[in-house]
Amino acid sequence: MRIVALILKRVAWLVPTLAGLVAIVFFISRVIPSDPAALLAGETASRAQIELLRQKLGLDRPLIVQLLDYYRQLLSGDLGTSLFTTRPVWDDLSARLPATIELTIAAMIMAIVLGIPLGVCAALYRNRFIDHLLRVFTVAGLALASFWLALLLQLFFAMDLRWLPLQARITGFPPPSLTGFYVIDAILEGNLARLGDALAHLTLPALTLALPALATVVRFSRAGVLETLQRSFVMYQRAMGIPAGLIVWKYILRNSLISTLTQIGLLFGILLAGTVVIETVFQWPGIGGYAFEAILHSDYAAVMGITVYAGVVFGIVNLIVDIGHTLLDPRAAVA
Amino acid sequence: MQAPRDSLLEIENLRVSFATEHGVAKVLDGVNLAVRAGEVMGLVGESGCGKTTLANAILGILASNARREAGSIRFAGKDLLAMPPRQVESEVRGRRITFIPQDPFGSFNPLFPIRTQTMEVMKWKSPRRATQERRGIAGLFSRYPHARRRADAAAVLQMLRTVQISKPEEAFGKLPHEFSGGQRQRLMIALALLPQPQLVIADEPTTALDVTIQAQILKLLKRLARERGVSVLFTTHDLAIAYEICDRITVLYAGQEVETAPVDDFFRRPHHPYTVRLLESLPHPGRELREIGGEIPALIDPPAGCRFHPRCFRASEQCRLERPAVTALGGGHHVRCYHPITGASRP
Amino acid sequence: MKIALDILRKLLRDPAAAAGLAIVLLLVAVAVLAPLIATHPEAVWDMNPRQRLLPPSSAYLFGTDRMGADIFSRILFGARITLTIAVVAVGAALAIGVPIGLVSGWRQGWLGDTLMRISDIFLAVPQIILAIAISQTLGPSIENVILALSVTYWPWFTRLVHAEVRSLRNETFIEASIALGLPAWRIILLHVLPNVASPIIVRTSIGMGFTILTASALGFLGLGAPPPAPEWGRMISESREFLPEAWWYALAPGLAIFLVVMGFNLLGDGLRDILDPRIRRASTAR
Repeated sequence: MRIVALILKRVAWLVPTLAGLVAIVFFISRVIPSDPAALLAGETASRAQIELLRQKLGLDRPLIVQLLDYYRQLLSGDLGTSLFTTRPVWDDLSARLPATIELTIAAMIMAIVLGIPLGVCAALYRNRFIDHLLRVFTVAGLALASFWLALLLQLFFAMDLRWLPLQARITGFPPPSLTGFYVIDAILEGNLARLGDALAHLTLPALTLALPALATVVRFSRAGVLETLQRSFVMYQRAMGIPAGLIVWKYILRNSLISTLTQIGLLFGILLAGTVVIETVFQWPGIGGYAFEAILHSDYAAVMGITVYAGVVFGIVNLIVDIGHTLLDPRAAVA
Repeated sequence: MQAPRDSLLEIENLRVSFATEHGVAKVLDGVNLAVRAGEVMGLVGESGCGKTTLANAILGILASNARREAGSIRFAGKDLLAMPPRQVESEVRGRRITFIPQDPFGSFNPLFPIRTQTMEVMKWKSPRRATQERRGIAGLFSRYPHARRRADAAAVLQMLRTVQISKPEEAFGKLPHEFSGGQRQRLMIALALLPQPQLVIADEPTTALDVTIQAQILKLLKRLARERGVSVLFTTHDLAIAYEICDRITVLYAGQEVETAPVDDFFRRPHHPYTVRLLESLPHPGRELREIGGEIPALIDPPAGCRFHPRCFRASEQCRLERPAVTALGGGHHVRCYHPITGASRP
Repeated sequence: MKIALDILRKLLRDPAAAAGLAIVLLLVAVAVLAPLIATHPEAVWDMNPRQRLLPPSSAYLFGTDRMGADIFSRILFGARITLTIAVVAVGAALAIGVPIGLVSGWRQGWLGDTLMRISDIFLAVPQIILAIAISQTLGPSIENVILALSVTYWPWFTRLVHAEVRSLRNETFIEASIALGLPAWRIILLHVLPNVASPIIVRTSIGMGFTILTASALGFLGLGAPPPAPEWGRMISESREFLPEAWWYALAPGLAIFLVVMGFNLLGDGLRDILDPRIRRASTAR
C-alpha cells in the first residue's frame, strides 16, 4: 500500500507544481514585455488591430483574472487551440505522442543496454586504456550539440553513403495502427519489409538522441561499480573463492544497476529535452517537432500547451521511476 | 621460527609491501607464523599492524598494488605463493581455507536472499563438488547438478540449525537485513564450515557485535572448530577475547611478530616488552589506567631493526640495528627480543 | 589566494583539465580579440551576394555563408555572443540560486521547504522546454535567451547548496559555533560558504557547458539573437537548406560549440577531481 500512498502523494504534488509553472510563464510573458498584445499581434499590426487583439484575448483584464481563467481552461482539459493548425492542442499532441515515445524508448534502450556494460568495463579496468578511451568518449558525447550531430549523421549516412533514410518515420504507408508504435505495429502485422523500413528510419534519430544519455549512463555505471567494488560483500566473495566473473556480472551488476536506474528520471529528462531538436532535424512527427513548428508560427497557445503537457508527462514518468525503484530495491519496501 | 613438524600452516619470513602514492609501505616485515592442525591460533595486534594483510596474503587476495618481496606460505606442505592463482582460487580459497569477515553488516550482498548467496558458495565449494565440473566462462554459464544441489541444500539447513538459526527454511528466503548482526555472523560461521575446510581465518569476527553477543559467537566458533578438528587463525586486537578462544597467541606489532606462546603461558609469563605493556594496559580494578607511550609507526618509513624500539623501555642500540632472531623459551614459547623480560626483571 | 594557486598547480598537472582550461582561456581571448584576429571583420554584418557559399580557401578559412560573409570571422564574433550568454546566464543563476539554497538549507521548517518546492516548479519540465516557452513569448533576442536560461538554471544551484548546507548543519563544528553564540550569518559566511564553494565552482564550470548547448539549441530553433547576429546555433540552422553541398557551413560552427563545451566540461571534471575531497577536509580542520 506504500505504492498507492506514493502515487497519491505525487499526483497531489504535481498539480500545484504545474500550476506554479504555468503561473510563472504566464507572468513572465505578461509582465516583462511592455505590451504583450503588440508582441502577439506582430510588427506589422496597426494600433487598432492591437487593441482589438488585446480585448479579444482578454489582455486588458487584471493579470490574476487572466491566470485564473487559464487555470479554469486547463482543468477542463483544454490546452488551448493551436493558432496554426486550428485544432485543439490536446488533440495535436496526443496524435503525436506515440512517435516521441517510440523514439525515446528506443534511445533509452540503447543508452542502458550499451551504457551499463561499458561502465562496468571502465570500472574494472580503471585507469587503463579502455577507461581512458571511454572517458574521452563520454566527455565528447556530452559536449556535442545534438542537432549538429544529427545533421552530420544525416550528411554522412543518408546523403553521402545512402545507407539510412534521411528523415521521417517510414517510407510509404505506416502499418495498421494498433499501438501507434510503427515497430510494434509492423511486428504485429507480420510485415517484415515494413518492420525493416521502420527500424531503418528509427536508427539515426534514436542513435543521436541516445548519445548524451549513453554518456551519462556510462559515467554513472562506472562510478556505481567502483563504489560497489569497495564494499565488504565483494571482498567476502573473493575471499571465499567465488569466480571473479560471477562476482562482477551477477552480483556487482545488480547493485550498480539499481543505482543507475535511480537516475532514469534524469535520463528521461535528457532524452525529452533532446527530442525537440532531434525531431526537428529528422522531421520526426512527434511532440518535439510540434514544438518547433509552434515556434516557427509564433503559435503561442501551442507552446503553452506543450509546456503543460511536458510537465504532466515528465511528472508521470518520474512517478513510474520511483515506483519501480520501490519495487526493485527490496530494502526500500521494508524500510 | 622453527615450525613444529605437524603445522598445517607455516608462514616463513613473509615480506609484503604496498606501492602507494606517498611511497612504498612495508606492511609485513619478515613474519613467521605457524598454525597446527586442530588448534585456534590468535593473532593479536593493534589496528594497522598488518593482521588483515596477512590474512589476505594467505588467501591470495592482496590488492593489485601489493608486492611480495620474500617468504613462503606453506599450507599442508604446499607453498601457496608458488601455486597458480587459478588453482588457489578454486581449490584453496573458500574450500580448504575459509574466511569469516569482520563486518557482518556489509559482508552479505543486500539485494540477494540468503539462499542465493549460500548456495552460490555451495555450488563452487561444496565437499561434494566433483573436480570435473566445469567452470564455464569466468564462472558464468556453469551448471549445478540437481542431485548435488539437493544434498548441498540439506547440508546447509542442517548447518543453520547447528549454528542456532531458528527456522532455517524460512531464513533461506530472507534478505540479509532481516537478520541481526549476531545472526549474520552465525551465518558466516556456517558458510565457513560448510565446505569442510582445514583452516578458517576469522578476521576480528566479533568486533562489530555487542559484548553480550560476542561471547555467544566465540563459544560457538570454538566448539564447532573443536568438534570438526578445524584449525582457526583468529585475528583480534582484544586480549580478553584472545584469552577466551585461543590455544596459542602470536603478537604482531607493525608487521613484525614479536612473541608466540600457548595461551596460559602467554598471560602468566609474557616476555616481550610490548606484550607486557599490552597486558598492563588492560583495565584492573584498583589500579590506574596505564598506556603505552608513543604512536604506531608509519609504514612508509618504519623504524629500523625491531620496530617497537622507539617506544620500548628496554631498547638499546642493538635493537635499532637489526631485528632480533627467534629465541625459543621452551614449551612452544618463542620471543624475538634482545632484552626479554624474564621473571627476575618483572616490574 | 594560496589555495587558488595550489588548485591551479594541481589542475595543470592533469592533462585533460589543463586542456580544458586552455580552451576556456582561448575562448575568452578570441571573444575579446575578435576584431583583431578576424580575417574579414567588416564582412560579419555585410552582405556580399557574389561571394556566397564559397568553400574554404586561404581567403575564407571556413568558407562563406549564404550572405557571402566569412564564416571564420563570424565564428570569432559569435564567440562574444556565446561567452556573454554563458557568463551572464550562469552568473545570474548563481546569484539567485546560491542565496536561496543557503536560506532554505539553513532554516528548518516551512521557509526552507517552500523555497525547495518553488525550485521544484522550475524543474518540472526539462530546461529547454521552459526556455522555449519563455523565449518564444518574449521574442528572439540575446537578452531573452539569457533570461530564459538563468530562470531555468538557478534551481540546480539551489539544490546543490541546500543539500550541502543541510548536511553541514549537522556537523559538530557547526553545532559548536552555534553553541558559542555566533550569529547565523557569520557562521554561514565563515564556515558554511567555504565548504559549499567547491561544488558550486564545479557546477558553474559544467553549467557553462550545458548553458552554451541549450543556448545554441535555442538559436538553432530560431529563438536566439535574430540575424544577422553571428550566433553559432543559428548559423547551423541556416546551413540546413544548403546541405550537402555546402558542408563547411554546418561543420565550422558546430565544431566551435563542441570545442568550447568540451573545454568547460574538462575543466569542470578536473576541478571536481581536485576540489571535492580536499577543500572539505581543509575547512573542517579549522
